[in-house]
Amino acid sequence: MNWFKYSSPQSFFPLAGRIALGFGALALLTCVAGLYIGFFRAPTDAQQGEAYRIIFIHVPAAWMSMFLYLVMAFWAGWGLAFNTRLSSMMASAIAPTGAMFTFVALWTGSLWGKPTWGTWWVWDARLTSELILLFLYFGFMALQAAIDDARRADKAGAVLALVGVVNVPIIYFSVKWWNTLHQGASISLTKSPTMAATMLTGMAVMAFGFWFYSIAAVLMRARCIMLERERASDWATRYARGST
Amino acid sequence: MNWGNWNEFFAMGGYAFFVWGSYLVTLVLMTAEIALLALRKRGALERLRAHGARAPGPR
Repeated sequence: MNWFKYSSPQSFFPLAGRIALGFGALALLTCVAGLYIGFFRAPTDAQQGEAYRIIFIHVPAAWMSMFLYLVMAFWAGWGLAFNTRLSSMMASAIAPTGAMFTFVALWTGSLWGKPTWGTWWVWDARLTSELILLFLYFGFMALQAAIDDARRADKAGAVLALVGVVNVPIIYFSVKWWNTLHQGASISLTKSPTMAATMLTGMAVMAFGFWFYSIAAVLMRARCIMLERERASDWATRYARGST
Repeated sequence: MNWGNWNEFFAMGGYAFFVWGSYLVTLVLMTAEIALLALRKRGALERLRAHGARAPGPR
């Protein structure tokens, strides 16, 4: 199998469509299973009562927000280094989904913080660095949107994305490096190991669900970007005229 | 099983606003993203059909 075949938008386009459909269906199933475990299998938390159930979206969303940034920066950097247009398209396709998950992490964190910490927001290291991540995503998208020439937009965005990578380990280790209101490990929520097991399972299943969702959403957006950018090419027009 | 009935489930032990506020917003955002992407694709295809490259059909 020739892998380089799929480095051109024309041949990646149909493959991306099939992958997106498959992972979209998988995401739906996985999220339903994760929610079932989270709401009906995982027991009430000894200290936080039912408020802790926010964890099943908060932690997976926070993981995705950081992971997607790394993948985005990787593709942006790859496109910058090797001048491959599909890599840059992938980076642009990831940004809005990453920003969405960053917002979800902040939003659910805020709704979790109010009943447990007594405040919607606090300028501690974890929360502040996650907010900076949201601004980095916004900055990347705004910068790309502000430059008319797609290839130049890719390059400028890539530099911003790569510089912003420094923020990801800061988010991840912030709870260790600084004295934060945000807790450290989420696994230590409960006392008995059996309780932790179902909670952890629910969280892990939801994380996979969000992961599959991200693959589907990003590839759907990548396909849109391919159609928009390749509008002068034969294959895009043929595809559009064939799919009426 | 954690809940005796559906009312208990929806009450979330008094944390309904926080728990459902989290889940609802997440659900809306994820559904909206997929819907917007479907619309974006439809728009791109319409533009391509209207003024894409060259004439339709085989060359």
